[in-house]
Amino acid sequence: MRNQRQRQQQLAILRVYCTRAFRQLLIGGLALWVGFTGFKTCPLAANEPPVLKDTVAWTGAAILPMDGPEIESGVLIVKDGKIIGVGTSDEISIPADAQQIDATGKVIMPGLVCTHSHVGGIGGADRSGPIQPDVRIYDSINVRDSGFKRAVAGGLTTLNIMPGSGHLLSGQTIYVKLRSAQTIDDMMILAEDGWIMGGLKMANGTNSIREEGGSFPGTRGKSAALVRQFFLKAREYGEKVERSAETPDKQPPRDIGLDAMLEVLQGRRIVHHHTHRHDDIMTVLRLATEYNFRVVLHHVSDGWMVADQIAAAKVPCSIILIDSPGGKLEAVNLKFETGGILERAGVTVAFHTDDYITDSRLFFRSAALAVRGGMSREGALQALTINGAKMLDLEDRIGSLSAGKDADFIVLDGDPLSVYTKVLQTWVEGEMVFDRENVVDRLYAVGGYGAGHDQSPYFCCYHELMLQQFGLKVQVADFLQK
Amino acid sequence: MYRIETMNPFTCARSLPFVVTAMIFGISLCLTSSVIEAQIAIRGEIVHTMAGEPIENGVVIIVDGKIAAVGPAGDVAIPSDFRIIEGAVVTPGLIDAHATVGLTGIFNQAHDQDHRETSDAIQPELRALDAVNVREQLIEYVRSLGVTTVHTGHSPGELISGQTLIIKTTGSTVEEAVLVEPAAVVATLGASANRTSGSPGTRGKQMAMLRQELIKAQEYLVKQQAVRAGNGNEKDAEDADDADSKAPTRNLRLEALGQVLDRDLPLLITANRAQDITSALRLADEFKIRIWLDGAAEAYLLIDEIRQAEVPVILHPTMIRATGEYENLSFETASKLVDAGITVLMQSGFEGYVPKVRVVLFEAALLAAHGLSFEQALATITRDAAEVLGISNRVGTLQPGKDADVAIFSGDPFEYTTQCQVVIINGQVVSEEAR
Repeated sequence: MRNQRQRQQQLAILRVYCTRAFRQLLIGGLALWVGFTGFKTCPLAANEPPVLKDTVAWTGAAILPMDGPEIESGVLIVKDGKIIGVGTSDEISIPADAQQIDATGKVIMPGLVCTHSHVGGIGGADRSGPIQPDVRIYDSINVRDSGFKRAVAGGLTTLNIMPGSGHLLSGQTIYVKLRSAQTIDDMMILAEDGWIMGGLKMANGTNSIREEGGSFPGTRGKSAALVRQFFLKAREYGEKVERSAETPDKQPPRDIGLDAMLEVLQGRRIVHHHTHRHDDIMTVLRLATEYNFRVVLHHVSDGWMVADQIAAAKVPCSIILIDSPGGKLEAVNLKFETGGILERAGVTVAFHTDDYITDSRLFFRSAALAVRGGMSREGALQALTINGAKMLDLEDRIGSLSAGKDADFIVLDGDPLSVYTKVLQTWVEGEMVFDRENVVDRLYAVGGYGAGHDQSPYFCCYHELMLQQFGLKVQVADFLQK
Repeated sequence: MYRIETMNPFTCARSLPFVVTAMIFGISLCLTSSVIEAQIAIRGEIVHTMAGEPIENGVVIIVDGKIAAVGPAGDVAIPSDFRIIEGAVVTPGLIDAHATVGLTGIFNQAHDQDHRETSDAIQPELRALDAVNVREQLIEYVRSLGVTTVHTGHSPGELISGQTLIIKTTGSTVEEAVLVEPAAVVATLGASANRTSGSPGTRGKQMAMLRQELIKAQEYLVKQQAVRAGNGNEKDAEDADDADSKAPTRNLRLEALGQVLDRDLPLLITANRAQDITSALRLADEFKIRIWLDGAAEAYLLIDEIRQAEVPVILHPTMIRATGEYENLSFETASKLVDAGITVLMQSGFEGYVPKVRVVLFEAALLAAHGLSFEQALATITRDAAEVLGISNRVGTLQPGKDADVAIFSGDPFEYTTQCQVVIINGQVVSEEAR
């Protein structure tokens, strides 16, 4: 696994040395042998790719650090998966032993943070009831889901994977890094004490109301009442646990759902709250005040109507922009202007894909449409990166390019807000997880036959051999269908 | 939101003599409700006429709802009393080649969803004319982003779901808005046409049912023609009565399919999987009908077959979710088809949830980012769409004599950050809110 990742990086580095002329020469000479596999001919033909050095210096690119002004021709230095320097070439001296990569003409910015995603073939709470904090999305993720491949193709490096909005409380979310992974544990983000980082998904409005009733609410009033009663229960559980700290025999029976609620009441687990309508937004703010929990508002379609109230409550908003209003009653007032209105009111704003609602490959589009609707360019780019990091308590580790942070960054071929711009490479903790010139990665970036299937586990062992012998068509058609 | 006055400029007063004439004839409704606007001249830094090279510093002169002149500023004089509208980029009004908007509404509740009747698998007699709500908010919404013509109607999802029509995105009744009615009959092949109970339940059964129904319609046409021919020869009233009694009872379902068999109407077939696209082509060949291939997510696997069949492709929205029968969609399909000489149009399609309506401007933009040139991508929602839909005498390009349907943008229309600033339909400014 580790070797494979290293090899990927080596290929990327090597490509920098492969001039176009050299590549064409190789392609000409080796065309019959290797088919049309483009840059892959380079390392394969070279046979002995240079070893990737511990320290890599990216030079010449326009760098958008997100916690400072744009650097026209900057230097980014990465070592051991961390950023050790960012700045102009005057400010930053490149270590003598660093591998230099000339990225002139490219744009480098932090990997994108999606605060609300449903990729991974996940399943959260079931039909048994409207409040299920015991359910962890962690236990349901298929790391080979093609959604992850599309996410890295879109430049995403960190996700908050959430259960759906069909419950008042549908379970525990998980924050993941899009590292190349064999199991979900390769992706999760641990706090310093080993806690698996994640939030709690809640929802109000029509999605969590069910006509068939049962234990589910039928009205907004009932929805709020059920939530209030449950928070009281969690509080009482917490008080019992606290009281019995020194008398183990008096401890209440352990309840894994209420344990998660204690993390909410202690401020460690943030509530990520689906809410659209202006009155539903106000209900969330009211409940957050009453029970003193930390909350991020998600979707917030009517947020532009109550921007000042949201700002006064100092509650951040993770918003989604859809191509048209409607499709559901609560979203008929959705508009491109919401990001700008919230920004001007002083609210911290992030975007989310809600993937599959919008495609992770088009995440930049959200920021661009917000700018179309009056948001500042800087604010919109921060809303894809550092602001999302803040909403996940990860702002000390990701979301901007500064020394000490994780080396999660993307390389673009132009203005991030332009429809014509492509993500060329995506790097997580110093390892490349997406390369547009890699034929397999490109399949997921652009689509095509087999792109909808799970990422094939067979690739780990055989695909390069197949590339040499049969070319792309066999590889895609045969392997991806397995 | 919609203007009360009739939108046909020829019925409204445009000049003093006309006003006098109108008063004499007592057309007071027109006068009292109509805003008497100046004629319009548009000045654009770039004018994409879609009928030749783009014109730098171009001028479009609009007189009485029609385009009177187009050309470089130096060649086209602007009369002094014309209202001048300026913009960076000027294009023809955009055409959505296949939608359900108007039959599907913003609320997505039963009362505003008339796109799909589930009582039977084959119902070509359902007219979009009787179902479309031209005052639907989402029609106004797409209009504000430059869409001036929409081919809309019954949605995919039944073997044959009904008919479509082509409307302008303005007008307070369907009669005012309509350009072509009916425009096509809508069919679907593949998993989405299967019914949860009853037939069809498989791909094989879908084709069997379609073929049998078309054969029934062929027989119906033959009988009707025979009776008509018989009537023509009969002088005797008694014999004529006899012939009438032999005429088949009028059957709206078979008549609609008869129009398809007569090639009066195309059969728009939504088919996304490769095998379903092949079935659509096979059906067209067997019955010698005109088809429009719709969706066509896996069309890149069948480029030679589609080209040989000379079938246009109304490609799925580029951003439709890559799941189910769309799981193999590619952003580059349009580019591969166009390179092979196949005509590609862009559509907003049908959405069951959000976004309830897509915007063809945004969908075509991604084509320009994935292999099509700017002009090629714009053609999928202007000129080429008009030609395939059979409305190129009215819309699709900025040329003298055509309807004055124009969209004006603050920059490259495909850039997400560019705003649509002014939209004009039939020479009337219908949107001036920068969107």
